[in-house]
Amino acid sequence: MDINVVAQLNSFLAAFVLLTAFGMLVQRRMYGLVHLFAWQGLFLSINTAIVGFVAGKHHLYISSLLTLSLKVFLLPYILHVLIQRLKVHKEVEVVENVPMTMLMGIALVIFSYYLMSPVTQLSTLVTRSTLAVALATVMIGLLMMITRKHAVTQIIGFLAMENGLFFAATSATYGMPLVVELGVALDILIAAFIFGIFFFHIHTTFDSLDVDQMARLKEED
Amino acid sequence: MILSPINIISSSVLLLLLSVAIVPLLKSNQRLLINTSFMLSSLASLLGIAGGVWAVGGGITNKLILPIGLPDLPFHLRVDPLAGFFITVICLLSFFVSLYSVGYIKGYLGRRPVTSLVIFYCIFLAGILMVVLADDALFFLIAWEVMAAASYFLVMFEDERIENRRAAFLYMIVAHVGAIAILLSFGIMAGLTTGFESFNGYTFDAMRQAEFPLKWATAAFLLAFFGFAAKAGVVPLHVWLPEAHPVAPSNVSALMSGVMLKTAIYGIVRVSFDLIRVFPWWWGAIVLILGLISAVMGVLYALMQHDLKRLLAYHSVENIGIILIGIGLSMIFTSFHMPLLSALALIAGLYHTMNHAVFKGLLFMGAGAVLHATDERNMEEMGGLIHRMPWTAALFLIGCVSISALPPFNGFVSEWLTFQAFLLSPALPSPLLKLLIPLGAALLALTGALAAACFVKAFGVTFLGHWRGHRNPRVHEADWFMRSGMILAALTCLLLGILPTLFIDWMDIIPEQLAGSKLRISAGEYNWMWLTPVAPERASYSGLIVFLGILLVVVAAYLVLHIRPGAIHRAPIWDCGFGKLNQRMQYNATSFSMPIRRIFGFLFNIKEQVKLTPRAVHKAFPKRLNYYLRIRDRFWNWLYKPVVEFSFRVSRKVGLLQQGRIQAYLIYSFITIIVLLVFSR
Repeated sequence: MDINVVAQLNSFLAAFVLLTAFGMLVQRRMYGLVHLFAWQGLFLSINTAIVGFVAGKHHLYISSLLTLSLKVFLLPYILHVLIQRLKVHKEVEVVENVPMTMLMGIALVIFSYYLMSPVTQLSTLVTRSTLAVALATVMIGLLMMITRKHAVTQIIGFLAMENGLFFAATSATYGMPLVVELGVALDILIAAFIFGIFFFHIHTTFDSLDVDQMARLKEED
Repeated sequence: MILSPINIISSSVLLLLLSVAIVPLLKSNQRLLINTSFMLSSLASLLGIAGGVWAVGGGITNKLILPIGLPDLPFHLRVDPLAGFFITVICLLSFFVSLYSVGYIKGYLGRRPVTSLVIFYCIFLAGILMVVLADDALFFLIAWEVMAAASYFLVMFEDERIENRRAAFLYMIVAHVGAIAILLSFGIMAGLTTGFESFNGYTFDAMRQAEFPLKWATAAFLLAFFGFAAKAGVVPLHVWLPEAHPVAPSNVSALMSGVMLKTAIYGIVRVSFDLIRVFPWWWGAIVLILGLISAVMGVLYALMQHDLKRLLAYHSVENIGIILIGIGLSMIFTSFHMPLLSALALIAGLYHTMNHAVFKGLLFMGAGAVLHATDERNMEEMGGLIHRMPWTAALFLIGCVSISALPPFNGFVSEWLTFQAFLLSPALPSPLLKLLIPLGAALLALTGALAAACFVKAFGVTFLGHWRGHRNPRVHEADWFMRSGMILAALTCLLLGILPTLFIDWMDIIPEQLAGSKLRISAGEYNWMWLTPVAPERASYSGLIVFLGILLVVVAAYLVLHIRPGAIHRAPIWDCGFGKLNQRMQYNATSFSMPIRRIFGFLFNIKEQVKLTPRAVHKAFPKRLNYYLRIRDRFWNWLYKPVVEFSFRVSRKVGLLQQGRIQAYLIYSFITIIVLLVFSR
């Protein structure tokens, strides 16, 4: 495959990752969020496989498969089950001031490009142009955690951040060593389980998954 | 295994840890648990004594490297005469106290389970021994923390009382602040030894080889001194002592006061004489001055107390002061290259260390026996116990005489040696010191006199007169285990007092190694009988002859009084015709210390109120009179309260950051990341 084609494909997939990130930032329905998350995982997985092919790093195929199975099937399935068990699938979360949030997201993307411009100039990798997108995905994930109030949304934000980090690793250095990636994958899986358990506890304690309720846990003076 | 001091002492530590391990097996039978564990710990103490005496007597230095700890940082163990001496002191007292505990702890049976007490008692002893055994900074600090944590749980033993929890918390804070200072000090020394690239500087051996620049050596010494002073209870870091010692079980207070404080003395000697080695005279002057302040303030505060164990705790401050006077003088002499005088002062300090361990242990055990019998710590509620507890009274009296530095007991010898060191200070080349050090001698003399007054009060109010209390507990004499612990301690006091030459001969290797000279203690014929630190025409003392003289006088007086029947007869007290004398009208602790309170009142924070309720007839005929007296440590308001208030204020300010909303916390991280990214671009 021609290297230019690969670079084009890479940028194309990066654009989709960013698009899904923006989508998650303002998506109000729970199932919609989970689906967007699964799509983001799929784009990541394809991207990893392509990078692995062009760079000749075969362990990237394994991480691509891992991403596919974990982030496209297993985690969305767990979230799906969680949403059903917690009976929040019909809830529509109030997202305040959508245009403002979008503008902030755009500002973050510009900021990322500004930050990454020196790196992009120095790097010789095929994937160098997508580094800024990866960073933007991380920051948008964080922004999503800040602007949303629902606990499940928070978790999806967290997982989106992790997606961004994974993307950054692939584009900056053609992926982390396999051992590290296996470890991170395991961490994510365990984190998902722990979050699930916590949700049940939060739900039974506060009868709601609104994290604002947890402000009541603060010590009073 | 080759028989050597370090192996004996290590097996003693192992035995202590073993007795912790068997506790779960014996938990269901508390009586058996007490017997087994304390017998095992006294056995371990005997082993420790054997190893320590051997190490000092033979001048042996052994090393051992244990391949445990962090990877590449094994634990180093070492026994040299200095460590051997402290191990002997520690094990001597812990032997007495372990015997005593067999009886004392049985008093808790039926009231509360003693499993935790037994466990932490053994860990505590093992921790103290490990501190002295340690030959690298890592193991030292681990042992130091084990010791601190175990003693925290021991202070906490009767945790349903708020004063125990408060004392334990305060103790924990002071112990940790001190430990941080010690950690930093070792960090400086290790860093200067090998630089910060390698870790090998953490062994004491490496530090011994290194040359420290004066600036950094001073920083290391001051930090270490601060840390050890916090543990030793040097004024003004003494506030935890009078809180923690009274509330701990008495056998533990005996160990904490008699032994644990000594590890701090060990640390000071180890760091200054062994690790840093070369120091300017003013380090010694700092130690000396703080020692003097501790001695005088300690005894003055002790005089004001009416809680028996609190009084003893303040006396620990005083005695630590006296020990530090010896060490400080020795440091001054060393820095002026006067090895003989330095040896004299060091021996004085170390001898007092041993003496204080024994007599303070004895006194705390006596106080424990009183507490055990009467369930009362307040002296104002006691009196006349000599009739019901003759053994305890006699043994406590021996402790009182020893701590008051009266011949023929041991306290006299070490204070006398300290005075000799003081009186020889005009040999110093610095005119300033020549002028100032005799003032210190005067303060030490004042301390001795006040200590004597304080123990006249402690013994008199507790054991003499009539029962002052409102309650009428069934007072019983201590059992034979407790008595045997106290009797052995009292005998040791006497032996250390009448045969000082033997003991000083034994420990003379320590100043030879640290200060560069032996103390030629004896001159002339009968040299084992006469303690002659400098020259026979200057000063000499024979404990044995003084003892025999005192014995002769006492026997003669006894014979004169008792040989004729009827020479002594009991009669009612003459009450000046008042006719309504009761036991509440006796001299008590508060009235006894009144004159001293008048003279030195400015040193305390005293609140005194007299409230008269007059009769209806005329106010010259009072119905009742209330006397209220509250004496507080001024240091609390000067030093501690500002720190406490400041930390509360800062916490409240920092607490504003804590909104309790997850989003807020996320925003903090978000902003931090953005700012860092902007600045690091």
